[in-house]
Amino acid sequence: MWKLIFFRLLKAIPVLFVIATITFFMLRLTPGGPFDREKPIKDPEIKKQLEAHYGLDKSLSSQYFDFLGKLVVGDLGPSFKHSNRQVNEVIIKAFPVSAELGLWSIMVALALGLTAGMVASVKPNSILDYTPMTLAMIGICVPTFVMGPILILIFSLKLEWFNASGWDQWSDRVLPALTLGGVYAAYIARLTRGGMLEVMSQDYIRTARAKGASEVRVLLKHALRGGLMPVIAFLGPAVAGLISGSFVVETIFQIPGLGRHFVEAAFNRDYTMVMGTVLFFAALIILLNLLVDVLQIWLNPRLRTT
Amino acid sequence: MLGRLFIISFVACIILGCGKPSSENSPDNPESTTQILNLGNGAEPEGLDPHVVTGVPEHNILAALIEGLVAEDPKDLHPVPGVAERWEKSEDGLIWTFYLRKNAKWSTGDPVTAKDFVLSYKRMLSPKLASQYAYMLHVVKNAKAFNEKEIEDFSQVGFEAVDDHTLKITLAGPTPYFLSLLNHYSWFPVHVPTVKKYGEIDSPNNPWTRPGNFVGNGPFVLDKWEVNDVIVVKKSSTYWDKDKVKLEQINFKPISSAEVEERAFRSGQIDISNTIPLNKIDVYRKKNPENLRLDPYLGVYFYRLNVTAPPLDKKKVRQALALSIDRESLVRNVMRRVDKPTAFFTPPDTGGYTYSGGPKIEFDPDRAAQLLAEAGYPQGKGFPKLKLLYNTSEAHQRIAEAIQQMWQNNLKIQIELINEEWKVYLNTSQKMEYQVSRAGWIGDYNDPNTFLDMWLTGGGNNYTGFSNAKFDQIIEAAGQEANWQKRFKLFEEAEAILLDEMPVIPIYHYTSKYLANPKVKGWYPTILNHHPYKHVSISPED
Repeated sequence: MWKLIFFRLLKAIPVLFVIATITFFMLRLTPGGPFDREKPIKDPEIKKQLEAHYGLDKSLSSQYFDFLGKLVVGDLGPSFKHSNRQVNEVIIKAFPVSAELGLWSIMVALALGLTAGMVASVKPNSILDYTPMTLAMIGICVPTFVMGPILILIFSLKLEWFNASGWDQWSDRVLPALTLGGVYAAYIARLTRGGMLEVMSQDYIRTARAKGASEVRVLLKHALRGGLMPVIAFLGPAVAGLISGSFVVETIFQIPGLGRHFVEAAFNRDYTMVMGTVLFFAALIILLNLLVDVLQIWLNPRLRTT
Repeated sequence: MLGRLFIISFVACIILGCGKPSSENSPDNPESTTQILNLGNGAEPEGLDPHVVTGVPEHNILAALIEGLVAEDPKDLHPVPGVAERWEKSEDGLIWTFYLRKNAKWSTGDPVTAKDFVLSYKRMLSPKLASQYAYMLHVVKNAKAFNEKEIEDFSQVGFEAVDDHTLKITLAGPTPYFLSLLNHYSWFPVHVPTVKKYGEIDSPNNPWTRPGNFVGNGPFVLDKWEVNDVIVVKKSSTYWDKDKVKLEQINFKPISSAEVEERAFRSGQIDISNTIPLNKIDVYRKKNPENLRLDPYLGVYFYRLNVTAPPLDKKKVRQALALSIDRESLVRNVMRRVDKPTAFFTPPDTGGYTYSGGPKIEFDPDRAAQLLAEAGYPQGKGFPKLKLLYNTSEAHQRIAEAIQQMWQNNLKIQIELINEEWKVYLNTSQKMEYQVSRAGWIGDYNDPNTFLDMWLTGGGNNYTGFSNAKFDQIIEAAGQEANWQKRFKLFEEAEAILLDEMPVIPIYHYTSKYLANPKVKGWYPTILNHHPYKHVSISPED
């Protein structure tokens, strides 16, 4: 197990290097620079000074090597757009917000998704199956940018239970987590139902029933563990997607998370910020995939021998 | 196993400290104190260093934190005493003397002195800081030369601290609009010892503007700055005119989406919004007209024409394009009757100037068709397909489509619409790789000069290729003319040339569209959309 983790981490280094290189050059090839604006800098002298300050006057290759040199020591430099902030500190400040939103959303997704999926799998093709599955299909089809405003309209503007936007109080977590978690809940419900139905027809379930175990015990103790494997496999990329921040949900609810920095940096051609967020997300996804693999081995004895 | 998953999630949540109720009073609770103003402020500010930043959201915050030599009247923005309690100018209009009030203080308690201003301007002009608004100071003698490294000795630049409370500024030429420049944040002072304490004086990355570090001399002090969340300023205890300041606190919320902001307004989280979605305007007109504010704004929406390449190198073609746009119909049908259709370039009443001269561009399709025929394209025959460039946005697209339709119908010419992402569009426009390009211009200061001097030959913001010796000469002359009436006459002549040569097609003048809670008092419509906060208050009875 430790060997696996070690080698996977070792493999991550060239992957990150390739990502850094591709992003760096794609960014520089994109038309428009960080200091292009509607009122362009009138003074060529000022523009020269500004570019010199950020090292943009050097050749592309020397900019690239400067960047790599600083990257090795973990220095991502100051943001081009928000000139008095370091990219590192922006990420450190914004990531926990996105991660928190992501974790709440996962809990919503699991709680809703697993319940709905299990209920549906108890009596396939009955009303108990069709109702949650129809809801799940709607959940998959309605995008967050529709669901978010609808929830705000009902729960903030009509019922006045929650704030329409912001991230200050405990209650501000509810609507964004429902919006973001809802989509994943729908997928999880369908995956759970499928997994459960498959497991329920296995021999060991019949054995459990033959032993006289109650139906609830068969479901929760014997079937669930196997029935959840597809969900676990899905959770890897889902968790990465959820905690790395959702630009749409963060915008709709005015949440100061990393997803907004990521997208806005690209619009602003904030070179250092784009590099920082891309590399951070890349590293995060590599780590989470590893984590999920480890988790799957822990949960599924059949994978342990490999 | 289900249990394990939940345990993992819970542990992670506890580590990250979620679910913890906010330890301080939430700024979103409108009941906590009455004199708290919640403002929608558009975008997260680039920063709060007045010598580095460039935008409007930055202005809105800096106006609370720092006061310049002069301040603005809340109703018409005319210069009123700020740090300077009075001023005088020499007869030739070249030397201005400002007498600073003795009770003006920084938030540290230090007095604000003439030396602070001189050192601030030295910083603003230092080539290494590379301030993008340094040109605002170029009206001062030798300021441009120092800024561009032609001279090294700052004592040759026209700033002089005669004593602690007397500041003398020598201008390069009589600049009649000089006082209105002083309200721009590029002219704001900074507390130089504080800037030096946190880093190099001429580094744009200096963190002196963080909460806790920031020192200002304005009616409010910086209390909190949460990126993409809120900037909180609180009433200053050291401000010289603090008795007049009624607001206890202002929360600036960087909400970039107009829809999100409108919902926050409806739920009472903000009192004044930055903007309003265009499709909500009619709803508010019908249901909540008391919340809707439509104030004239110092900006113009126009199309640039690249005059360096055929067919737009022909004046008659440009005129034909301009005369075949029905601006009234455009504003009525596309812009929800909000912005003002225009027949000239400079917005009306810019620093008291309204163009009333010769050529105006009225909608005249027959004359337009005739002009096109005279240019060699009768009924649009032989006219190459024209490319119309705009930056990707629904509003710009709708306008472009309407104009495309008008040109096709009235001139029988083919128009191709091209949209580009903002920075790509800027690049294409500024490199002049376009034929027709959408543009907008917001005045830097309240004077017609800011709308007309950009069309000087080779002007940094010209990029149409337009060059007219007579136009250049008149604008130069206006810069030297101290008499207001004669000066406006000159501007009118210049604008007449612009409207005849037509390197740009003015379409409409901007309106600030936003939502305001009527409980906010002292929030007057002003052409720069400035609202000096010391005159603003919340009236609880509403």
